[in-house]
This record gives sequence, C-alpha cells and structure tokens, in this order.
Amino acid sequence: MTGTLTQRLTELAAQAPDRELIRLLYTDQPEVVLTRQRFLDAIRGTACQLQDAGTKPNDLVVIVQRDLLSLVTTFFGASMLGAIPSILPFATEKLDPNRYRVAMAALLDLARPAILATDELVRSDVEGLLPDGDSYLPRIVTIQGEFSGPLDNESHQSNADATALLQHSSGTTGLQKGVALSHRAIFEQLEAYSAALSFTQDDVVVSWLPLYHDMGLIAGFLMPLLTGAHLVLMSPFDWVRAPQMLLHEITKHRGTFCWLPNFAYNFCAQKIRDRDLEGIDLSSIRAFVNCSEPVYDASHDLFAERFAPYGVDLSKLTVCYAMAETVFAVSQTQVDAPARVDEVDRASLRQENIARPASTDLSSERIVSCGTPIRGMDVKVVDTSQAVLPDRQVGEIAVRSSYMLNEYYHRTDATEAAFFDGWYLTGDLGYLADEHVFVLGRKKDLLIVGGKNVYPQDLEALASTVEGVHPGRVAVFGVPNPQAGTEDAGLVAEVDTEDEAEQTAVRAELRRVISNGSDVTVRHIWLVPRGWLIKTSSGKVARSANRDKVLAELMAQP
Amino acid sequence: MTMSDPAIHTRLREYLTKEVLHDPSYPLKDDDALISSGLVDSFSLVDVALWVEDQFGVHIDNSELNSDTFDTVAELASYIEQHK
Repeated sequence: MTGTLTQRLTELAAQAPDRELIRLLYTDQPEVVLTRQRFLDAIRGTACQLQDAGTKPNDLVVIVQRDLLSLVTTFFGASMLGAIPSILPFATEKLDPNRYRVAMAALLDLARPAILATDELVRSDVEGLLPDGDSYLPRIVTIQGEFSGPLDNESHQSNADATALLQHSSGTTGLQKGVALSHRAIFEQLEAYSAALSFTQDDVVVSWLPLYHDMGLIAGFLMPLLTGAHLVLMSPFDWVRAPQMLLHEITKHRGTFCWLPNFAYNFCAQKIRDRDLEGIDLSSIRAFVNCSEPVYDASHDLFAERFAPYGVDLSKLTVCYAMAETVFAVSQTQVDAPARVDEVDRASLRQENIARPASTDLSSERIVSCGTPIRGMDVKVVDTSQAVLPDRQVGEIAVRSSYMLNEYYHRTDATEAAFFDGWYLTGDLGYLADEHVFVLGRKKDLLIVGGKNVYPQDLEALASTVEGVHPGRVAVFGVPNPQAGTEDAGLVAEVDTEDEAEQTAVRAELRRVISNGSDVTVRHIWLVPRGWLIKTSSGKVARSANRDKVLAELMAQP
Repeated sequence: MTMSDPAIHTRLREYLTKEVLHDPSYPLKDDDALISSGLVDSFSLVDVALWVEDQFGVHIDNSELNSDTFDTVAELASYIEQHK
C-alpha cells in the first residue's frame, strides 16, 4: 500500500469495482450497502461539496456528524481533496451546550480548522460552536446526500508523508492534542498489523466502535476499507441499547474480526437475554480483539462461558495493545490461541515492582499478555531516568517504529516532550517477559472508563464549580470495577458542611454537573472535611496518594 | 393521562438510586430528568429495560430506550402501567 488513502481506495475499486466493501446499519431506516465503486462515487460526491465550500489541500476539516453514511464519505471526501479530516463526537442530549462549546472552542482556537463539516441531524449544535466576534471563523458545510459534480484535484497534491488525519482523545484536555498521522505511517501500520492477524481481503469486520476513537477509526474502519475487506458498521448508540445487534450481524455476514474494549465483554455476557440469542452463530469469528482498556482475565472467562454454545472459546479471544501515536497496534497476541496469562507474585509486584512468577495461587495476580510487538515495532521498558530495565521489571513502556505520529497538531511543545532519544514514552506502566508485553496501568493520571480516556483534571474543574465544594480541593481517580470489566470514576471533595441534607444536595449536584459536562457519570463520591486531602509540595492535590487514602479509609462506606 | 400506581414510583426510585446511581440517599424526584440529564447513562439503559421486564413483565424495545419514550420516574411508571 502506497500513496494516499483515497488513491488506495481508487486502486481497489479498479481491481474489483462490484465487490461489496461497506455496509452501514441503521435502526430507523434500511441499511446502506456499497460496493467499492459505489463507495468511491459517494466519496466524490462529498468531496465536491467540500470543494465548493472552498476546502483546500492541507486544510483541517473537523467532522461532527451523526449520520453514518455522511460521516464515512466526508472523512474520505476531505482526504480526496488533500485536506486533513478529523472526526469528533457530536454533542449528546445530556451534554450541557455551554460545556460542549467551551471544550470545542479550545480545539478551534488551537487547531484552526478551515471547515466544520456537519449533517442535518446535528447542524444546529455545530452552528452554536462558532466563536463570537473573532476574525477567524471556520466555514460550516452541511453535507447532503447524493451529489456529484466535477472535481478539480483528486488527492494528487498530497504526498505520502503529509498528514492524512488527526485523532483526538475526548474532553477539554484530549481535544488539545491532535495526533497527526501520515498516509505512509497508516499504510505501514496496516501492513504490519494485517500480517500479525493474517488479515486479508476475505475478512469481515463487524464493528460498533465510534470513529472518533483510535480503535474505531483504524481497526474498525480504515483497516478493512484500505485492505479491501468487508466492513459492517453500526452506531455505538444503537449497540449500547441492543448489544445483541453485534452478534446478529456477525452471524448474518459471517464476521471474522471484532474489536472490543474490555467492558464490552462483560456487557455482552451480562445484558443479552437468552431469547435475543436465538439463531446466533459465532463460529465464523477468527478473533475478538480486546483493546483500549486494561484487560481482565475474568472478562474473557465470562464471555467464553456465555457464548461457548455459539462457537466461542478462549482461543478466539485475543488481546492488542495500541495507541493513536503509533497509528494503532503496538503488540497483538496470536490469533487462534488463548492469550497467555502470567501469574505473578502480588507482593513482589506491589512492593518491589518486579513481576515474579507466583509460587502459590493465594498470593498471585493474573496479568493477561498483550502479545508480542508487531512487525517494525520496538518496545522497551525504562525507569524514571530512561535506563532500560530487564525482563519482568516494571517501568514505563517506550515504543519506536517507522510508523509514528508526524506531530501533535500545532503543539511542538507536546511533540518534543513526548519523545526521548527517538522513543515515544507511552505513559503506560508494564513489563516485558519473553517478548510479551504486559501492561499494568498508567503512569499519568488518566482514567479509562468503558474504553474512553477521561482526564481527571477535566472532571475536577467541573466539580470545583459546585457550590459548597472548595475549588481545587477535589481529586478524581479510577476505581476498578471487575464486575463491569472496567474502572469507575471516583471523586473525593472537601466541603465545609457536615449537615447530612446539605451533603446529599452537594452529591446530587456533583453528579449532575459531571454528567452534563463530560462523557462519564461519576460512580463514587466521597465528601471529606477541609484539610483531609493530601497535597504535593507545590500545594496541588495529589491524585494517586488520595486515591490510596480513600480506598484504604473510605471505600467500605457508601 | 391516568395517575400511575404510587407503589411503582417507589420501586422505580429505589431501584434507580440503589442499582443505577449507587447512592441510596440520592434525592430522586418523580419528575427529575433521567436520560436527557445523563443521570442514567447510556450503559445503564439496558439494565433498566431488563429490570422493568423482570419486575413488571413489560418489554421496552431498544428503539424506545430514549428520553422521548420516558425521561422521568413518573413517565416510566405511566409507560409500565399502560403496557402491563
């Protein structure tokens, strides 16, 4: 694979124009099925609309759309013009419009997109994002259905090393770090990752993952389309209300690959009624791939047990370690074999930072392997002074490959800070053993709730606006929830009142403000008296120290 | 609109505060917005549907799991009474 993303689609369409490429599922209208050629035609239609709106090569095109067909064609339509598409989530019903505006304003200020591409369904939200009285104004383009006209330049201005797209994490913090990836890096990743999975044009990916997330965008979108495989795509909003949809589509289209964050294994195993499993057959699956949040061994067991009658066993449950900065995968376990589980001594792990094989079951912890590095990827584990650590010593995971990000868009400072001597410091803690990568958690304070990255500072800022809470005297951290297969958001805040009714009101308001202002709900809230929180020498609230203090002293209380 | 059974309201409030919000002391009112406010997040919608079906024998289709169908305890209680 060479050239640009849309050159690749054009090449594939020339090879087999009538081969089915993408199937988009809707719950309120018939599905849309497009062959390679029809998909390319639809992309050209969208590219024309973007071109008429004045889109130029290298322009940033921010895409905020709800309609799946519009979304997938706008992404490639922008790319076809040599522009840089970036898909962002649309505002959900519960989100406070002001919060949405503030978070997006941070992105607009920094990244300065030329175009905001939207659709009829969410246009009014996007129109509300335009800054007031500023000399800079992005143009809003509302993409319409079928449309085609002459196209001046079809991606020929782009070279393979130019930035092909931007990926963002969520929240005010995440939106300020757009990962810029080149066409070349994307193709190199896809080739290396396809080889690790022996993924071919005959594979069928079934996905509900959002395209504003790296797993959805790369594994659940670009990989099948640019390989010429078949993609069946549904909306995360439909899946979360009817998780059985995913299994029915796998059955119907003989799905072979499906990427899921860990919580989804629990979700599928726990929340689908027996009667909704009638007719399900998952025997076509070559691999479910668990990725984007810490993997619980128990989640795999639960899923394998629940779906054993439908053709699933542990050898179909694979694991991947991935990040936007390397386009996607760093490592992957073998397809058709159960993921290796490392039983290590808990005390050595906690106290000495060494993952020693356990001598007894009683004091052991089961760590699931994230597999071995894919082709062209170097992985090492380093200590705080960047010295390489031997196997089984816990440190920060660092990675290096020829398919890394070009930069954090318009953030030279962040780009420089992320690398040390050519190695990208991931911020993840883990260890290596026999070339297997084991990921234990985050060095930085970041929560991963249901596969979504959540920056605690965003939630703390929201909590600080609640009356009765001391501004800045708040800590947010993750609390493991093995039952749900993910972590929950926990919040501890200093308040003056000891009155029970007033505390209840503060709790309710904290829940409301965080639900309306972020992607998550907060599950645990602890209110503590002034002076309870541990501070750093610089006077900041120390998140991990307070997390430990809360879990030790308060966790048993409601 | 018929007045719904107060016992259904009580059971719904108890279930939602305990099992969904994990905060039995939460002062949930019958007309508090649940879905449009994000109080009940999207991951919990299926739980609510499963619980309602188990408790009341009323099936809520996935296409109805949104704030247009019900957004408050009072509206959910009416929905249950109408479909029983």
